[in-house]
Amino acid sequence: MTKYIVRRLFQAVIALFVLSMLLFAWLRSLPGGPVSALLGERSTPEDRAALEAALGLDQPLHIQYWRFLTRALRGEFGTSTFVSPGTDAFEVFLTRLPATIELSFVALLLAVAFAIPIGYLAARNRGTALDTGAVVTSLVGVAVPVFFLAFVLRDVFAVQLGWLPPSGRESVGINATRVTGLFVLDGLLTREWDAAWDAFKHLILPAIALASIPFAVIFRITRASVLEVLDEDYVRTAQSKGLRSNVIRIRHVLRNALIPVVTTIGLQIGALLAGAVLTERVFSFRGIGHALSYGFTNRDYAVLQVLIMMAALIYIVVNLLVDIAYAVIDPRVRAK
Amino acid sequence: MRNRKVALTAAATILALSLSACAESQRGTDDDNGAETPAAGGDGSDATFIFGAAGEPKLFDPFYASDGETFRVTRQIYEQLLDFEPGTADTIPGLAEEYEGSEDGLTWTFKIREGVKFHDGTDLDAAAVCANFDRWYNQTGDAQNSAVTYYWNNNFGGFADQADRDSLFESCTVADDMTAEVKITRYTSKFPDILAHGAYAIHSPSAMEEHDANNVTAQGEGFAYPAYATEHPTGTGAFRFASYDQATGTVTLDRNEDYWGEKAGVKQMVVRSIPDESTRRQELEAGSIHGYDLPNPVDWATLEEGGNIVEIRPAFNILYVGLNATTNEALKDVNVRKALSHAINRDQLVQSQLPDGAEAASHFFPDTLPGYNEDLQPHAYDPDLAKQLLAEAGQENLEIEFWQPTEVTRPYMPDPASIFDAIRTDWEAVGITVTPKPMPWNGGYIEGTEQGQAAAYLLGWTGDYSSPDNFIGTFFTEQSNAFDTGNYEFAQELTDALVQADSEPDPDARAELYKEINKKIADDYLPGLPISHSPPAIVVSEKVQGLVTSPLAAEDFSTVTINE
Repeated sequence: MTKYIVRRLFQAVIALFVLSMLLFAWLRSLPGGPVSALLGERSTPEDRAALEAALGLDQPLHIQYWRFLTRALRGEFGTSTFVSPGTDAFEVFLTRLPATIELSFVALLLAVAFAIPIGYLAARNRGTALDTGAVVTSLVGVAVPVFFLAFVLRDVFAVQLGWLPPSGRESVGINATRVTGLFVLDGLLTREWDAAWDAFKHLILPAIALASIPFAVIFRITRASVLEVLDEDYVRTAQSKGLRSNVIRIRHVLRNALIPVVTTIGLQIGALLAGAVLTERVFSFRGIGHALSYGFTNRDYAVLQVLIMMAALIYIVVNLLVDIAYAVIDPRVRAK
Repeated sequence: MRNRKVALTAAATILALSLSACAESQRGTDDDNGAETPAAGGDGSDATFIFGAAGEPKLFDPFYASDGETFRVTRQIYEQLLDFEPGTADTIPGLAEEYEGSEDGLTWTFKIREGVKFHDGTDLDAAAVCANFDRWYNQTGDAQNSAVTYYWNNNFGGFADQADRDSLFESCTVADDMTAEVKITRYTSKFPDILAHGAYAIHSPSAMEEHDANNVTAQGEGFAYPAYATEHPTGTGAFRFASYDQATGTVTLDRNEDYWGEKAGVKQMVVRSIPDESTRRQELEAGSIHGYDLPNPVDWATLEEGGNIVEIRPAFNILYVGLNATTNEALKDVNVRKALSHAINRDQLVQSQLPDGAEAASHFFPDTLPGYNEDLQPHAYDPDLAKQLLAEAGQENLEIEFWQPTEVTRPYMPDPASIFDAIRTDWEAVGITVTPKPMPWNGGYIEGTEQGQAAAYLLGWTGDYSSPDNFIGTFFTEQSNAFDTGNYEFAQELTDALVQADSEPDPDARAELYKEINKKIADDYLPGLPISHSPPAIVVSEKVQGLVTSPLAAEDFSTVTINE
């Protein structure tokens, strides 16, 4: 088992190393760079040359990469040039991560809370107006671009109706105490109820916009899966045994139908992070997606490197844990 | 199964209890800077003024800044020896209540205002002023880079330890407690006016020393700044720094209750970073901010209909088409450059693409500056003349790559795409084959134009202070520039003329010299094509009173009050 874990760890390190190289080369192959962001439109060629020399950007790519790698191994990831100018890029990651976790969690919760019951009801009432309405809604959810939905939601609920804040994570003047960086949770932990409520209100619109994608997918999988299970022999057997319909629905139909749904929910987490780039930008919700979006437009190398590498690291670690769990459960995996 | 549930519940309870045990509310406690608990809204002098900014300040030490978002905040915290008269770009006394120059313009005496205190309680005096000049001149290492000290590099030149670079600064001496004497090495028209710029704000020497203000280092692809610049900025302004919250992108400033002049009209000012322009507009409409800068001209009428006040600043800027003859040899012929100029219908462009108050440009600077030549008119729209000039130059089939900036708006260029399309259409109408090259502003556009890769491109400038040298001196004095004027025969002549004008102490004689230069630029040199001067706006809610706009976008928000 130890040998297996060591082997997988070694593979993970190699994967991260290769990714860091590709990312480093790709970013520098794009037009522009941090020099423009630092100097603005008022620099001379001499200014640019001096800055490139000071930052080592005039060196061959492999030397720049080697410097980046050695610094990164010492825990120095460079400073942001645009997203949070002058701030250590890893600190930017730590500051922004809770916002994205909070938003993605609420969006997923919303998607699951609505998609599974509606998917189930649509399947149970196949061909009815309810079913057709739900399928059309899910199609709209997939088809409407997230940023458009975000604009519409903001205009209606924040500007026209004034029910919810148009952007940001917290109202000015709340002065909430920070514990975890998850603002709603912080408000609850510190019993600053107004702060928790304010943070929750800021979450609603971006979470709805972001939930539109997983909602549609989870709904369709739930509906298809329930339809399939309803035709299974064991459901007919349960019905002929005279079991109560509630028992059949929950214990036999829903429980079996949810297996592929759970797998789908897992896969949607990646899609949520992708959707967060647009949603966070539109709502000025200062998470990882917001930083990635502005970091890319303005070639903030340090921030892009840290955010993308950390996302990859999290992904690799989660996969590694899953693989180890498989190996624990199934000895054949280790043997392979 | 039941045991497992009990165990899980118990674990969750313990986790929640331990988290909440270490999560006490810290509301109502003062932080290191003495910031009080902010009060949202409020009325009259207890109110909080919330401004939506397009970006975050880079830091809070303006000497290391060159961007507008930083200066917007630091202008409230600090003051300079000189200031700009509210609503104009004219220089007036600031922390120096009087100042005068020697006959040769090389020695300047500043009488420092009495009774002024820095936010840390120390007194402003001549020694503090000279400590600031000495600090600027004695920057070392990475701090000498233009990316860190842009304005000093641009205005004063070299630093103390740079033997190979001339510096405008010679010395600052304390004549008496409240009198500082500054010597410069040569006469220049921009001194002492440049001292009104926010970069030359006067800081508390003791706070700078305590928080290691000069410790700037290159780190990775950026620069790391000391705690003074990020957490402890200490000036004499009407507001004092309270906090900067990176998680929400908000800077909070508190009213300086010990301010020497008229105290700020609001108790607190909050600057919130909202990069997206449409989001800023909706925040204003929703009432969660009180104002923002550079509303899109398309929205001006709607914003006013919604009860907001759109304040239009005087146009202190220039939009031009830059040309580079190194990239496209055909442009070396002045007739080709003139043809490009006469092919552009500036009046129509101004009327259809720019906000009310915009004007077609004949100069590379606005008409409020001395040296503006009233005899010059914008090049007339004359497609036939353009075709004739192209034919005379043997360039009937001229091909030109025209760079288009994307992902940007600028005060002089509110909608780059429509301006680009208007010019491209005009050029194509006279038979020029235009190849558009769209490029993100920070994704290669600035870099490419500055490195001379673009034959034709849109760019502009907003003035920093009231001097022609700030415009044409910056553009053309150095021959290695984005126009690549060094590639033309007139290069040295233009450089010499600009240096001579900047060095002329007599204002009238200097204005005449600049008029002559402007005429030559328009008639003979034409290294680029001036297009327009466009007035930028700032919008505030109807509750906001007392805002005085600045043509330099250097607003002092201490005059603002909120009328709920």
